[in-house]
Amino acid sequence: MTENGDGAPLVRLENVNKHFGALHVLKNINLTVSRGEVLVVIGPSGGGKSTLCRAINRLETISDGQIIFDGQVLPEEGKALARLRSDVGMVFQSFNLFAHKTIRENVTLGPVKVRGLSRDAANKRAMELLERVGIAAQADKYPAQLSGGQQQRVAIARALAMDPKMILFDEPTSALDPEMVQEVLDVMVGLARDGMTMVVVTHEMGFARRAANRVVFMADGQIVEENTPDEFFTNAQTDRARDFLSKILTH
Amino acid sequence: MDELITYAPDLGLGFLENVKLALVALVTSLVIGTILVAMRVSPTPVLRAAGTIYVNVVRNTPLTLVLAFSALGLSDQLGLVFSGEPRTNSFWLVAMGLSLYTAAFVCEALRSGVNTVPLGQAEAARAIGLTFSQSLTMIILPQAFRSVVAPLGSVIIAMIKNTTVATAGGFLADAAAVMKETFDQTGASIPIFLGIVVAFMVLTMPIGFFTGWLSRRLAVAR
Repeated sequence: MTENGDGAPLVRLENVNKHFGALHVLKNINLTVSRGEVLVVIGPSGGGKSTLCRAINRLETISDGQIIFDGQVLPEEGKALARLRSDVGMVFQSFNLFAHKTIRENVTLGPVKVRGLSRDAANKRAMELLERVGIAAQADKYPAQLSGGQQQRVAIARALAMDPKMILFDEPTSALDPEMVQEVLDVMVGLARDGMTMVVVTHEMGFARRAANRVVFMADGQIVEENTPDEFFTNAQTDRARDFLSKILTH
Repeated sequence: MDELITYAPDLGLGFLENVKLALVALVTSLVIGTILVAMRVSPTPVLRAAGTIYVNVVRNTPLTLVLAFSALGLSDQLGLVFSGEPRTNSFWLVAMGLSLYTAAFVCEALRSGVNTVPLGQAEAARAIGLTFSQSLTMIILPQAFRSVVAPLGSVIIAMIKNTTVATAGGFLADAAAVMKETFDQTGASIPIFLGIVVAFMVLTMPIGFFTGWLSRRLAVAR
């Protein structure tokens, strides 16, 4: 796959550092994500991938440097930050659907309370999105009544309902039973095809090959290597990346 | 047994005052307790500190002192008057003291409920752009309430029984006060004791059963 965005940057991280006490979890990160781009972040556990992903909508604060989203430095707090987050979808490893609300309510809450959509309009849109991810029949159930794969697809529909400018995926398939991984990846590949800007932290190399425009390899809080998926998987430049790939691709 | 029947109308009117106090305190303590818990989990240090100080001072002060302070301190010394009619005035002073006292316990019950809500729920709420107060009122507190319905029932039962110390706040019309007055005239009477105990049990036991049933019904499946 080649670049399918218009190339204009949507997110720019400039010299971003983060410390957890003595731990330096993000080390001088510089990274740009273009509109329409699908960026896959891979690397060993504890390498800072999730922290990087969560920093983009400020679920993690950063120690220094700056993150610019859509031409604006991330606000620190309050209404401006809430507004920014409403434009950045987020899909979590553990789904985090609102446990006391039905599937439909999970998908309509943001549009009604944040975007000010009428309930009817939000319901109509929710059903379209649930249809798209294949869960429309379960709209009146509660999250706990659905399988992990179904819950994660609802979480994607919840993110889409906000008409976000981009979606962050923080290990979206890591908590799933193996037979449910594919149904979630299929939805994500569909989104990528439709031109959604995506940052995906994942261990699914198949997804990276199929859908990514660019792969970023992170280890020890640093971006070690960036390349197209083909180049990265067949011809990694650094020892660290080759070592990581040999461990996950040999079997 | 005869004395219970003789004094039943007076005792009944007294008991009605306990019920009225309990109803007022039920509503206001739930409201104030919810406000307090919002303060205690808020991101603003000043609000958090104020909530913490309030709860720890009020929860650790004996109720009789809280009520005496309402009557003697707030009303007599500082001039907080609800009504020119002394009985009505002391009713509202006691209702206020009992509400403020119970609110501290409601707050702590709710706060333990907040702690049962996984962090991911708040993160997901923030991630779709809800503000702190929206995520608190729409996502966190509704789930917290559901997980503490049974302990809140215990707080409410304790509050209902606490209406019997209204005398400490100068309100002399509740069932316990009427009972003492009766005993002063006729001597202590086991049937009257038991009659009042039964009256309270009729009021509180269903609350225990109801909140137990409700907590199972409202439990959030995860």
